[in-house]
Amino acid sequence: MSSAIPGDLKYGETDEWVRVDGDEATIGISDYAQNELGDVVYLDLPWDDAGSRTIKAGDHIGDIESVKATSPLFSPVSGLILKVNESLRDQPESVNSEPYGKGWLLVIRLSDPSELDKLMDAAAYEAFIQTRKQ
Amino acid sequence: MSTEQLIFEKGAPGRRAATLPELDIPLRPLESLLPADHLRAEPAPLPEVSEIEIVRHFTHLSQRNFGVDMGFYPLGSCTMKYNPKLNEDMAALPGFARVHPLEHESLTQGAIQLLFELEQYLAEISGMKRITLQPAAGAHGEITGLMLIKAYHEHRGEGHRNIVLIPDGAHGTNPASAALAGYKTVELRSDARGGVDVHHLEEVLAAHEGNIAALMMTNPNTLGLFDEHIVEIAERVHRAGGQLYYDGANANAIMGITRPGDMGFDVVHFNLHKTCSTPHGGGGPGAGPVGVAEHLVSFLPGPLPAYDAESDTYYWAENDPLSIGRVRANCGNFLVLVRAYTYIRFNGPDGLRHVSESAILNANYVMRALQDAYDLPFDRACMHEFVFSANRQKRNDVHALDIAKRLLDFGVHPPTIYFPLIVPEALMIEPTETETRETLDEFIGMMRQIARESIDEPEKVRQAPYTTVVGRLDQTLAARKPDLRWAGSAVSQPASPIPSRVR
Repeated sequence: MSSAIPGDLKYGETDEWVRVDGDEATIGISDYAQNELGDVVYLDLPWDDAGSRTIKAGDHIGDIESVKATSPLFSPVSGLILKVNESLRDQPESVNSEPYGKGWLLVIRLSDPSELDKLMDAAAYEAFIQTRKQ
Repeated sequence: MSTEQLIFEKGAPGRRAATLPELDIPLRPLESLLPADHLRAEPAPLPEVSEIEIVRHFTHLSQRNFGVDMGFYPLGSCTMKYNPKLNEDMAALPGFARVHPLEHESLTQGAIQLLFELEQYLAEISGMKRITLQPAAGAHGEITGLMLIKAYHEHRGEGHRNIVLIPDGAHGTNPASAALAGYKTVELRSDARGGVDVHHLEEVLAAHEGNIAALMMTNPNTLGLFDEHIVEIAERVHRAGGQLYYDGANANAIMGITRPGDMGFDVVHFNLHKTCSTPHGGGGPGAGPVGVAEHLVSFLPGPLPAYDAESDTYYWAENDPLSIGRVRANCGNFLVLVRAYTYIRFNGPDGLRHVSESAILNANYVMRALQDAYDLPFDRACMHEFVFSANRQKRNDVHALDIAKRLLDFGVHPPTIYFPLIVPEALMIEPTETETRETLDEFIGMMRQIARESIDEPEKVRQAPYTTVVGRLDQTLAARKPDLRWAGSAVSQPASPIPSRVR
């Protein structure tokens, strides 16, 4: 099964994507990741931390629960949490149906934009997924 | 279509299962007996049914249940072994069944003797010094064991140790218990052979130098593989000042063959409902005795059963001042312990070794017979269970879940799926020692048929099951919008996770 991997995003090794807009970054999980997880039924995100919590790249930022398992979520970048996707409280299925759209998780104000260079582009992420399938 | 009626939907107003004699004392209104804020505004809507309606209702439901007495139950990690009926005979003996925990010691000598001897047997099996029989379940044993470790570190003035190491394939209860005990957990990676990655262990021990409280391990682990480096792992953790906790979930593979104490473990819990054939599931009661090495004995919950040779009497010994205190009322779930005692005495030391050897043989037999049909991520001799991956079937869009559902059509309880998490599309199969070769061969035949169907008729597997009371449930809907309360037949119900082709 092939997964959508938009070319304008950056990807982390734990399957998060980052969309950069100025000094703000939106984070979500990739189409491949949502497909591996199966139907998402619940997300535990830092709901009350918008505007108050600064995270580092690699930090545990929540958990995602599917019909199969619960998996941790990690931030691929560092910075201040600006927004948390409130709509996922009631509609966790957005992560499955629109992983790059309505299914976004957090918006972060980047404290170290150079971290983006360490993330994969679409081609590298595609190759990364292929090696994992073997 | 016939749906199952709830007990609330049966009966008629005023119908009763029992008739009471007329009241021969003055009737007093409830309001004069209870404070107003404890009274309901309306009577509770209780079922009003006759005795035969109740009996038929619950007998019918029980017949729709599935247990190891009805069929093969290879639910990996759970050790759903047959529970010999002899256990029930012994637990039903009036001297055991009707004894009260608060009766005087002089009247309960037999019961204390049984617990005293059971403790010795479990100590011998695990290589531990002493055992507490109080914990009521495996996870209860885990938290008890971690509290013992914590008390030990604090007693030595090392209460700052706050890290518990847990392999990535561990049972989810391990990190949960560690968190409950106030510890931080650090995950250890598995190596290419499915054991703890010793190099990663070294790195983690160095990174948290001085703060390691314990390592929690299952051996064999959740892949059903024996960790060949266990002695080295134990030495390294001990050198770093940590204690070793043995999760006894997989003890069915080691009885009479090896002992956690000999591997270097300091604390062990047993799941008697797995290893010692006591009843399983249904919410208990269970038993999760915890054994400890000599240096931890003082911290054990008490009182512990004891024997005075001079007067030839059994008694409850007072707690050591360092004891963490009780973790359960009285002596734990006594009748569960009677069943485990019966099982151990019935089998004897050689018999228990034979149990483990048969469990290992059965698992390897099934694994080798099916490894051409399913992916085997770690191709090694397994212990009492093994883990396949349905990765190959996934290419035809048939998942571990579909295979599990299809097995229901053959009258078999499916294996554990999607665990351990380190194997994608995991199918965790544990046949147990009590199954005959014919049963194993039948199961192998079913699994081969499903593997063939996954290629030739994948849609058939994806839509399974077909022979059960209800078909494939919409488990996503059930998880996202759980419908847990019966709101009465007149109220319109939300969308049901039960599909319309219910039969």
